[in-house]
Amino acid sequence: MNPAFSVVVFTTIVGAAQGLVVTLALALLWGMPLAGDIVITTLIIAEGMLLVGLVASFGHLGRPERAWRAVLMWRTSWLSREVIILPVFMGIVALWWITLRMGIDSVLLPIAAIAVAGLLWYCTAMIYACLRFVQEWAQPLTRVNFTLIGLSSGLVLATALAALAGETRLVHALGPHALWVTLAAWAGRMLALRHNAALKHKSTLQSATGIKAPLLVQKSMGMSAGSFNTREFFHGRSHAMLRQVKLGFIVLAFALPVVLALWGIASGSLLPWILAMLVQAPGLLAERWFFFAQAKHPQNLYYQVVS
Amino acid sequence: MIRWLQDLLNANLMAEAPAPVTPRSSPKPPVSARAEQGETLAKQLALVIDLNVCVGCHACVTSCKQWNTSGSAGPLADEQPYGANPTGTFFNRVQTYEAGTFPRTDTIHFPKSCLHCEDPPCVPVCPTGASYKRKEDGIVLVDYDKCIGCKYCAWACPYGAREIDEERQVMTKCTLCVDRIYDQKLPKEDRKPACVQACPTGARLFGDVKDPNSEVSIAIRERGGYSLMPEWETSPANQYLPRRITEIAGDTAESGRP
Repeated sequence: MNPAFSVVVFTTIVGAAQGLVVTLALALLWGMPLAGDIVITTLIIAEGMLLVGLVASFGHLGRPERAWRAVLMWRTSWLSREVIILPVFMGIVALWWITLRMGIDSVLLPIAAIAVAGLLWYCTAMIYACLRFVQEWAQPLTRVNFTLIGLSSGLVLATALAALAGETRLVHALGPHALWVTLAAWAGRMLALRHNAALKHKSTLQSATGIKAPLLVQKSMGMSAGSFNTREFFHGRSHAMLRQVKLGFIVLAFALPVVLALWGIASGSLLPWILAMLVQAPGLLAERWFFFAQAKHPQNLYYQVVS
Repeated sequence: MIRWLQDLLNANLMAEAPAPVTPRSSPKPPVSARAEQGETLAKQLALVIDLNVCVGCHACVTSCKQWNTSGSAGPLADEQPYGANPTGTFFNRVQTYEAGTFPRTDTIHFPKSCLHCEDPPCVPVCPTGASYKRKEDGIVLVDYDKCIGCKYCAWACPYGAREIDEERQVMTKCTLCVDRIYDQKLPKEDRKPACVQACPTGARLFGDVKDPNSEVSIAIRERGGYSLMPEWETSPANQYLPRRITEIAGDTAESGRP
């Protein structure tokens, strides 16, 4: 697939915002040392990220003015379900912020935020995982990794925000969790990469055309200058570049944040957490870009050769 | 204003809601209802493509483009039609494949359009309900007034049968010339898809694959008709007839082909 910038930004930033809100909710329920204004600031940051994500998602639509119609087919479409759940999540975050401003402190909203964030990760991942013939996506690890990567980025972000606010106790409380969740996300992503490396695609040129000859090549795709099918489904990048992006995201999104987290935990210093957030952000974008780029759509079998 | 309100209120009845398909000139008698997911239909219109006689002339491609760009599915975008890299929206493409090793090769021309799957994976994923399969004849259509251009249906089609119209920014696809095949104002022999009408070698058959006595069903049965990518269980309605060795009259020896 040709990764669409809007979708890469949307899934990454919304996933991180979900992780941030879940971190905050769990920290509250856990009884971690949270100052009142840090909760409110975090909620505002999360809502801002969700808004940026929402705007980015509109960038993927050909007719954004009709976007409201996307809520209609929730019975069959994971995309429709995501379109419904995202505003619900944004509403819960807003409501949580408002109730805090009004001085009401309820456990109900944090619990709801956790549940709806989980639901949203599930919907987002299922948009890709339900396409059975995109075999790189149609695996349970897609759901696991969208959730774990969202949680990891949210935890790293939350710890960095706490570090920026100088909340040393909170940094020490969150840090170890940021570390083990990032390790888990790393492991999940590596497993998915291993699964994809060993993947045997079910569709072949023979099954796509029904021509049984073992030696079969396309001589013409039927047009000379490409079409929607060549623009949407081919990224046109070299294998070498894909390998570099893969290495890049493993290092930036997982390995370096883990090293920095270890440094932060060992030294008690706040700086490594801020660095971890700065390093992880481009890594996450690269990770999501690679997620799309690695997927080989079976329609590509029909679009191999121009002549 | 009223239209979108109605659509929102009717969302709960989406499955039964009549889908507007605007005929070119005459009103179409049956109201098109939407087929439920997994529903078995009594009638399924489809094309059967005879790879044995297709000569790769692209007449079906141009004829399809002409009819549909000026019909209810159009206009179909053409970008830089006279430039170095012309591109545009087409519902039908003819591709060419080569089987075997030179000099013992077969050149196979392979027309490719929407297969109007009996279990179309592109329909349930549509978030707006713009994509649907007609209950009365199994044609898979897009309601261009409801499409938001999210392209998810194209991702959900393993065959690459859908193309977004870059000018209108809505998804388009083969309609089996739904605005032509029922048109009472056309002479009866013209009430078939433009591609079928145009094919000079008769490589494209059109009919109801659910009727065992139709031309298409007989061709599938007797000539070994097959589906594309059977591994994804989409049950394409369109099928293909394979190449066959031509028997030479009066020739008792092996036929001329390997």
